Amino acid sequence: MLKYTEKIRETAKRLLAEKKVDVFIGYRKGTVPMMNEPLLVNHPDKVDPLYWDNFCGLNLCNYLTKRTDKIGIIANGCNSRNIVTHIIENQIKRDQLYIVGIPCEGMIDHRAVVRAVKFKEILGVHQNGAEFTVKGHDFEETFEKNKFLQSNCAVCTHRNPVIYDEMLGDPVDEQTDVNPYSDVEKIEAMDPEKKQGFFTRLISRCIRCYACRNACPLCYCPTCFVDESTPQWVGKSVDPTDTMTFHFLRAYHCAGRCTDCGACERVCPMGISMRQFTKKLNKDTRELFSWEAGLDPEKRPPLDVYRPDDYNDFIK
Amino acid sequence: MTEKVFTKEEWLGTLETLKESYKLFGPVKDGDFHTFMPLDGNKKPDFDYENTRLSPKSVIYPESERMFEYSLDESEEDAHILKESPKDYSPCAVLGIRPCDAQAFQIVKRNFDNPEYQDPWWTQHFEATTLVGLGCNAPCATCFCTQVGGGPFHEAGLDVLLFDLGDRFLAKGITEKGDALLEKTAGNPADDAALAAAEALKQPARDKITATVPTDQLKDKVTNELFDAPFWEEVAFACLNCGTCTYLCPTCWCFDIQDEVQGNQGDRIRNWDSCMFPLFSLHGSGHNPRADKFQRVRQRFMHKLKYYVDKYQNGVQCSGCGRCVRYCPVNIDIRNVCKLMNDFA
Ligand code: SF4
Ligand code: SF4
Ligand code: SF4
Ligand code: SF4
Repeated sequence: MLKYTEKIRETAKRLLAEKKVDVFIGYRKGTVPMMNEPLLVNHPDKVDPLYWDNFCGLNLCNYLTKRTDKIGIIANGCNSRNIVTHIIENQIKRDQLYIVGIPCEGMIDHRAVVRAVKFKEILGVHQNGAEFTVKGHDFEETFEKNKFLQSNCAVCTHRNPVIYDEMLGDPVDEQTDVNPYSDVEKIEAMDPEKKQGFFTRLISRCIRCYACRNACPLCYCPTCFVDESTPQWVGKSVDPTDTMTFHFLRAYHCAGRCTDCGACERVCPMGISMRQFTKKLNKDTRELFSWEAGLDPEKRPPLDVYRPDDYNDFIK
Repeated sequence: MTEKVFTKEEWLGTLETLKESYKLFGPVKDGDFHTFMPLDGNKKPDFDYENTRLSPKSVIYPESERMFEYSLDESEEDAHILKESPKDYSPCAVLGIRPCDAQAFQIVKRNFDNPEYQDPWWTQHFEATTLVGLGCNAPCATCFCTQVGGGPFHEAGLDVLLFDLGDRFLAKGITEKGDALLEKTAGNPADDAALAAAEALKQPARDKITATVPTDQLKDKVTNELFDAPFWEEVAFACLNCGTCTYLCPTCWCFDIQDEVQGNQGDRIRNWDSCMFPLFSLHGSGHNPRADKFQRVRQRFMHKLKYYVDKYQNGVQCSGCGRCVRYCPVNIDIRNVCKLMNDFA
């Protein structure tokens, strides 16, 4: 993974110097362990901070929305699928982009690492191949990366970018023996009362900061329904009904569009698994429409087409 | 000034007595993190913690607080009249609050309780509250209290300061409020060994804070030049405009007032707000003076590190707790931004 850092710098430098792009979007190494900062570089001499490791779990597509310049951008599997969705939804034009693909082996769940060291303060994390080492004041522990993947990465079946202009490495093997929806199935099996209880507990800590929404490349509406004030659709206090309304509605707005990139969950300051909502809708669109978001820029998503000859009976 | 020592069991035991006189709040392990919660029922405080993820500001300044209630029923005589909602100002005590978070209340107090303006609810909640601090033997790498006028054993803003001596706590009363609380506790008068052990904790803790966050030049900067500085677009690029930094921050105080009506019954509520949200500055006309993300990011830093400095002449609006540094999902680090501002020429 770290080997990509050098390649990214070289590529960005070349693209900027050859004026193939005006800006290049990637990551810089964060000031705290396991946190990296999205970075925009606009000059070939400024590429040195660019960086890549297994903590690049945000979604860079978020930074493309409605830009007008020519952009170089790093994309792993899920990010590339969101770029496709952005192109389909007219948030960016394909010919504005130079996509630098990175085959992905999954991002590390920083919260799981914190739990594994029993909440002791982490001062540094170093990766070496399939392992990583965590250091603190009076401890040093080494873990196997694959056991600490973000939960969306653990079940990801599109690790290789689906769209790119250049790849920085050989494609990785896709996972085939995973069931991405075992958690959703558990919820589906609950009776309505249990479900209600499950969802109520799931979001009980939500402080309505909207980090989940803002980290999501799909949530680009100029004014989100929760921010509308004339008329006001949703109450603004921490009333559980309003919080639930926010989560349900946002999830529905993502139906057939979500790539399960996990950015929403990664950024939540309260550690809420709001992907439990979006995943159910991903499962539904897969079962009802054989659809997975962001695989093909030429295909319209199921919820924005109407076909009189639709093969689904329930829609007629 | 009362100084007492408790074994750790004695301390937990004495809290039961204190419950007769105070509503107690303390750090409770809640999932992966600690949160200040009312210690009712069987909730046990855990003083072996770094700091809470959410600051304790909500004890005095709740995330949503009902200000007034009213009726829209025209047949009632007092229809449309705002009546103050009942509030609970019975004595409460926050146990184990960190010195930075206590200092944060002092920072916020300049806004909510000053000669021109007194916020009735904030001031009454504050007056009802006794702050029992816990000094930091092992500050985190993200802490920088010493850079903004505080320290791991900083007393100003606290009523009592606890020193964790390993098997015992030394409790030092700092204000009359604090002494009054300690009078209601068991515990023995502090012995010389305990006092010396407490004193010995201070310097090593201070030395653990290695961040340098200079703020000395901020007051001399020309506001408009800083406002127009070229670095804001770059600082703001990654920002998601989520409210995490402001909601977790003990010194962010902005609120929004909302009316919520059900049937004929209405409530006027104030909720925390955040300068990171576009709605925060949206005018009734539809114009938004801070329509762009970088303007909102600039506002947060300019408010904390320049406007506040100039207005109150009492340091920055930041107590160095490090929460925004740790929890900003895209790692925008106030320590770096402060350096940029302080060094700006
Ligand atoms: S990021 Fe977390 S706390 Fe913030 S609104 Fe989303 S679920 Fe709630
Ligand atoms: S809803 Fe969450 S997982 Fe889905 S695309 Fe948005 S950020 Fe990614
Ligand atoms: S600075 Fe960080 S925490 Fe604050 S709004 Fe921006 S992204 Fe969110
Ligand atoms: S600005 Fe950041 S470091 Fe300063 S008090 Fe607020 S959360 Fe703490």
